[in-house]
Amino acid sequence: MNRAQRLARHALFWPATTLALLLLVCALFNPSFLGIAWQNGHLYGNLVDILNRAAPLMIVSMGMTLVIAVRGLDISVGAVVAIAATVAALMIGGSFSASGDVASRFPLWIALVTALGVAAACGMWNGLLVVKAGMQPIVATLILMVAGRGIAQLLTGGQIITVYYAPFYALGNGFLLGIPVALWIAAALWGLLHLVLSRSALGLFIRAIGGNPEAARVAGVRSSAITLCVYTFCGLAAGVAGLIISSNVKSADANNAGQLLELDAILAVTLGGTALTGGRFTLAGTVIGALIIQTLTSMIYSLGVPPEVNLVVKAALVFAVMLLQSAEFRALVMRPVRNPRAGAA
Amino acid sequence: MNRRLLPLAVTMLLFVGMAVFGAIRYDGFLSPQVFLNLLIDNAFLCVVAVGMTFVILSGGIDLSVGAVIALTTMISAALLNAGWNPFAAMAVVLLFGALFGAAQGFLIQRFALAPFIVTLAGMFLARGCCYLISTESIPINDATYASIAQARIPVGLDASLTVGALIALLVVAAGMRIAHATEFGRTVYAIGGGESSARLMGLPVSTTKIGVYLLSGLCAALGGVVMTFYMLSGYSLHAVGLELDAIAAVVIGGTLLAGGVGYVAGTLFGVLILGIIQTLIAFDGTLSSWWTRIVVGALLLLFCLLQRLFEGRTRRTA
Repeated sequence: MNRAQRLARHALFWPATTLALLLLVCALFNPSFLGIAWQNGHLYGNLVDILNRAAPLMIVSMGMTLVIAVRGLDISVGAVVAIAATVAALMIGGSFSASGDVASRFPLWIALVTALGVAAACGMWNGLLVVKAGMQPIVATLILMVAGRGIAQLLTGGQIITVYYAPFYALGNGFLLGIPVALWIAAALWGLLHLVLSRSALGLFIRAIGGNPEAARVAGVRSSAITLCVYTFCGLAAGVAGLIISSNVKSADANNAGQLLELDAILAVTLGGTALTGGRFTLAGTVIGALIIQTLTSMIYSLGVPPEVNLVVKAALVFAVMLLQSAEFRALVMRPVRNPRAGAA
Repeated sequence: MNRRLLPLAVTMLLFVGMAVFGAIRYDGFLSPQVFLNLLIDNAFLCVVAVGMTFVILSGGIDLSVGAVIALTTMISAALLNAGWNPFAAMAVVLLFGALFGAAQGFLIQRFALAPFIVTLAGMFLARGCCYLISTESIPINDATYASIAQARIPVGLDASLTVGALIALLVVAAGMRIAHATEFGRTVYAIGGGESSARLMGLPVSTTKIGVYLLSGLCAALGGVVMTFYMLSGYSLHAVGLELDAIAAVVIGGTLLAGGVGYVAGTLFGVLILGIIQTLIAFDGTLSSWWTRIVVGALLLLFCLLQRLFEGRTRRTA
């Protein structure tokens, strides 16, 4: 096997190539697309914008990656985003005042910790249904997906809750050392996960559970506890994303916050090369997957293509990627190449 | 009693219980028209849920149905405004729905792809195509559609049904027949019970799997036609999230999401239970609409736990 072949076999080859191609197309149509400038004390440019906007999706997708790695699925993340955003907005609240200095109802850190705690509890609820009640993951999380938004609307009384407390805005709009705060959070989470998964046996255990749950259990992996933790983490990640999203729009909309986010997250995970059948996962791939989705959206806006086309392009992309991931499809396409005689006969 | 009928019996009891509760609590609840309205207002959901039942019985899932409904209403509206014969337009959208479903089934079957992802992409595609046709709502002024929409079929006791509700009942009857009295239906159950065993038995697994998604696509398109009668407009945001309601109706109707166990008749009751929850909330007047979601979620939980219990018991006796 030569170097090129080995490169093509690398898990991140296809996701990274797709992302690079998308960026190349953008750059071809709009040469200034890739430009990065320093403006008003922070980085500025389309690439920074893509990274910033993709941050909540990256965070949710990282949690989703681990859930999928243990043969699970969490379709409730959008609802958890709405719940976390609602809890935070209700606890911070504040009302409009002309002077601009508005007090938070509870100290900011208590509000944030409570929102994250509620989100983690949602994730744990999913995990308990999967592990203890033995439900299929898609059904277990469907329950929270259906009821979750109802609960969030119950909390807000069906209203959109606006937050007037300025320090809360920093999460979704602020910059630290010239880089968006949301991006710092995503990077920190990735770093933490990377450290935990590669420096401890946890990554190995997760792969073992996803590869063969029964064999992992027999081999002494505490699969129930680990699976429960993974679902809890996924809920927590959705909570973090919910805080960033609500901070970004300075309000919480129980009905629309995180709408369809579960599908985008699953898509990001798939695009990144994580197998939906469990066992094989790549966090870096997931981050690239999230970036692909956001780049696609930004590209469509920046090329002046009507946004209506966005979904069709997304669909085409999903079809292409899932076919590429299918061993049967690759066999079908490669057969005539590898063995031309057999095809002719 | 046959153990497999237990979830169905629970569903029916629950429906009767809710009806009795409504009748005692609210004046005017116990009128035939209130109950027929359950069917009239949820006719499209019922049609879609029957198709979904087959998909779930086979062990798969179809997330594209809501988007296919929206696309059907859009295509119908666009064709009618272009001066097409209304019945030709209906035939075209039904054919389209069947082809759309079959294409998804082909991808799932031929390339061993996850139904979840394929139909998710199908959902994006169908919604996206809606936006390509128009981002605005398209009103339908066709005389035939309007007269079908307004037609009332008297069923006695001062009560009446709409054409959509009648179609829904026919679809349920046809679904029951297909599921229990045809080779296709029995093969669907066999695949849901165990795909490799079904294959080893020599059953036509591949064509049946494609057929299941074809049927679901056809039902979604028919549901779209029924919705077009109901709404008299085509709109890309029609039936957002309907796939979840359909899945919920199927699960509440006692069908196991793992596949292989369930009844089309149960799905009818699942749809009626979703309908009666909304009716109860509307009759109450003080409860907000989001209670619907919470109650549906709680019911889903109840039924899933019940199913787990029931599954555990059969396994122990086996």
